[in-house]
Amino acid sequence: MKFTEEHEWLKAEGDLVVVGITEHASSQLGDIVFIELPDEGATVSKDDEIVVIESVKAASDILSPLDGEIVEINEMLVDEPSKVNDDPMGDAWFFKIKPDNSEQMNEYMDEAAYTKLIG
Amino acid sequence: MSDKLMHTPLNKLHQNNNARMTAFAGYDMPLQYVNGIMSEHLHTRSQAGLFDVSHMGQIVLRGNDFNQVAEALETLIPMEVKTLQVDRQRYGFFTNSTGGILDDFMFSNRGDHIYMVVNASRKEDDIKHLREHLEPLGVSVKNLENRALIALQGPASEKVLSEHYPKISDMQFMDVSTIPIAGAECWVSRSGYTGEDGFEISIPNKAAENVANTLLKHELVELVGLGARDSLRLEAGLCLYGQDIDIKTSPIAAGLKWAMQKSRLIGGQQEGNFPGANKILSEIENGTEYKLVGLIPIGKAPIRSNTQLFCKSLVSQKVGWVTSGIFSPVKKCPIAMGYLKSEFSTTGTMIHAEVRGKMLEVEVTSVPFVKKSFKK
Repeated sequence: MKFTEEHEWLKAEGDLVVVGITEHASSQLGDIVFIELPDEGATVSKDDEIVVIESVKAASDILSPLDGEIVEINEMLVDEPSKVNDDPMGDAWFFKIKPDNSEQMNEYMDEAAYTKLIG
Repeated sequence: MSDKLMHTPLNKLHQNNNARMTAFAGYDMPLQYVNGIMSEHLHTRSQAGLFDVSHMGQIVLRGNDFNQVAEALETLIPMEVKTLQVDRQRYGFFTNSTGGILDDFMFSNRGDHIYMVVNASRKEDDIKHLREHLEPLGVSVKNLENRALIALQGPASEKVLSEHYPKISDMQFMDVSTIPIAGAECWVSRSGYTGEDGFEISIPNKAAENVANTLLKHELVELVGLGARDSLRLEAGLCLYGQDIDIKTSPIAAGLKWAMQKSRLIGGQQEGNFPGANKILSEIENGTEYKLVGLIPIGKAPIRSNTQLFCKSLVSQKVGWVTSGIFSPVKKCPIAMGYLKSEFSTTGTMIHAEVRGKMLEVEVTSVPFVKKSFKK
């Protein structure tokens, strides 16, 4: 598993990468009440704002960590956005992306480096 | 940065309760505690929440007697002050010469003086404004820096306070009284900013932490931060100065005519004679271009302040903007307030809000979004 400075986690799953936000990020955001996910089939570039997360008071953007195509989104989050607070590292993943370059993921932090970052 | 922020007398209490702090009006204030905004909000609606609002300005106006002070204050605000009974409180606002709002506040008749609570972000300007206009009339303006202010809000508030002062249940909405809590002389008003029954309690700085901790010992009381204070007041349809009303806002457009007593309006015994009276009184007669309304998006996406609003049938026509928007913890849907051109402000009108390049359907509604429950 890899981690971005934007508090996303990335996990390889075959030739896809599953992306979500970390426990730390979900607790910082507070009670999540709305999530807007990208369209399946969308072509995205690294740092595109592709997910919007809203809490009671504020909205935050999540950037695409990779260049690639959005293959699947987690529809469950549309009806139950609070799952991101309950299980951010598991069931509440955001989307699966097919990266243009599978090496791109390697530039991100491993768990030890991320733990140090949020320490 | 944070060491330049001012601290309230309850700052240590916030730190001890693991508050997430935020800068607000120059103060280091609790945004939320461990339970979070949603839980703090719902707790206030069902039991009792304790808020530190010591950043707000507490001001005392004194003259020869109450009547002199009241007459002086009436030159700055479109409210009746002289008729306010002893130990009663009223909502008011300062207007300026162009008919805008300089600040909104609560003021009460404390027998020989007037006590005011004003917004933190405006208190310096308010004090300057008061001194400039009231000192020449023989009224002194004192900024009380020696008192903290907390709010205890929610249906259990009376029960909690009655354990310290049983006669608290005699107080009605907008009554004011001086009572002892945990040995401290507290100035209590039965009012607040949540739409719930509750009390605002002014406490000498030195006693503030002890009084707050004493109230927090009650199992029904939890600390609530500024985050939930904002969501509670918006559900209650209450304006926030700097957001829904400001120096450019007409009190009539903002729906605040109810706060102006009849005697100050056209045909009244004390018609006009406050800053911007011509403009404001003509707006009452002729209406305003915009009106502050409640807004409920049909979908789940919240619409935040500064979101632009458009006509539904003619999408290019801009008809207003959002001033406050949250997700309502009670209604479980987004709610907002904003200004709409008057012809679009009727309840039930459908309009569009532009959010991230998409047009979302929004229904115009009246406020409050949740029923108020005051003790009357």
